[in-house]
Amino acid sequence: MTAGTAQAGDPHRERGPETAPLASSWIDVDVWRGDAEGRFVRYRVPREASQTVLDVVTWIQRNLDPTLAYRYACRVGMCGSCAMTVNGVARWTCRTHVDRVAAGERLELRPLSNLPVIRDLVCDMREFFDKWAAARGRLTPTATRKDPMARVLPASRERRAADAAIECIGCGICYASCDIVAWRPDYLGPAALNRAWTLVNDERDGGNRERLAAVAGDAGCHACHSQANCTERCPKHLAPTASIAGLKRAVSRALLKGEL
Amino acid sequence: MSAARGSAGAAAAQAADFDRARVRTDAALWLLQRASAFVLAACVVVHLATIFYAIRSGLTAAAILARIHSSIAWPAFYAVFVVAAAVHAPIGLRAIAAEWTGFRGRVADLAAVAVGVALLALGLRAIWGLAA
Repeated sequence: MTAGTAQAGDPHRERGPETAPLASSWIDVDVWRGDAEGRFVRYRVPREASQTVLDVVTWIQRNLDPTLAYRYACRVGMCGSCAMTVNGVARWTCRTHVDRVAAGERLELRPLSNLPVIRDLVCDMREFFDKWAAARGRLTPTATRKDPMARVLPASRERRAADAAIECIGCGICYASCDIVAWRPDYLGPAALNRAWTLVNDERDGGNRERLAAVAGDAGCHACHSQANCTERCPKHLAPTASIAGLKRAVSRALLKGEL
Repeated sequence: MSAARGSAGAAAAQAADFDRARVRTDAALWLLQRASAFVLAACVVVHLATIFYAIRSGLTAAAILARIHSSIAWPAFYAVFVVAAAVHAPIGLRAIAAEWTGFRGRVADLAAVAVGVALLALGLRAIWGLAA
């Protein structure tokens, strides 16, 4: 983990100023290059008004180093693909303004924690999404297409609980911010458990007996210490901690009824 | 962020099914730890309040011991206290060992049981020494 600076004669240094000659201020950006064994490389990027961290990464890739690997798609906070570690904190980079996070006109960008690095700012999300499947994060239908549409009352307790947790975009920020994930690699993590909680409250679903057993135990909701890093960092302002607490209650009820 | 770590987690996540008995045990242990915490909270309050009250007028340890000797309620109270501590502490230690030191599995479970049995034996022996 050494911070390398682009030297004179290095294309990073030579091409930076030429491509944006009108910029009045610059920011030093240390970007993780390589896989788990990589290092930081420093780039100088022109500052702009309302510039997002994703804008910075894109500027580096288009103007300084086209081999830089990173992910994004929607650029408007819907797709959940652009999450990275920005100055030590996992964030959605498309909605994170440089002004809000660049301490001392410096940015440090690395891939999300708790996931294997593929290259540069891209990590392997398989483990994260496999855990959604392991938490039985898929609807288990109880009706067929021949049945009438389910009528779910918007004001019902279950619907409101599901509503509060449903807007997850699957960015992985909670997973990267969770100490329990770091301590217990088999822990399902906040996002998968949050998803399971929305289905526990879905009255169309018939898979809860199986689901509650899948999310219980030391690899599931009972491992959560309610430190609420996930809730603090979730860019959608969801509260996975509350969802996990709900699962603990549901599992305890099932256990006492002999249904676990 | 090593590849080894990632594949271990992925393998766990992809495991086709879970051990239902194990899950039941984990859930029961969690519930027991919460229940014993409630008992402990009440016991600690009674314990501290009684100590503050008893030594206010300068009671000596010998005088306190004499009172406990002639009582059935106090040893019974402390027996409940000991049982709650013997249930609560090993469950928490097991979690700390698993998360902070990576010590987990059957040996860790047995070590936790041993801590619980030791707490129970030492605590009950102390109460027996007071009451008898």
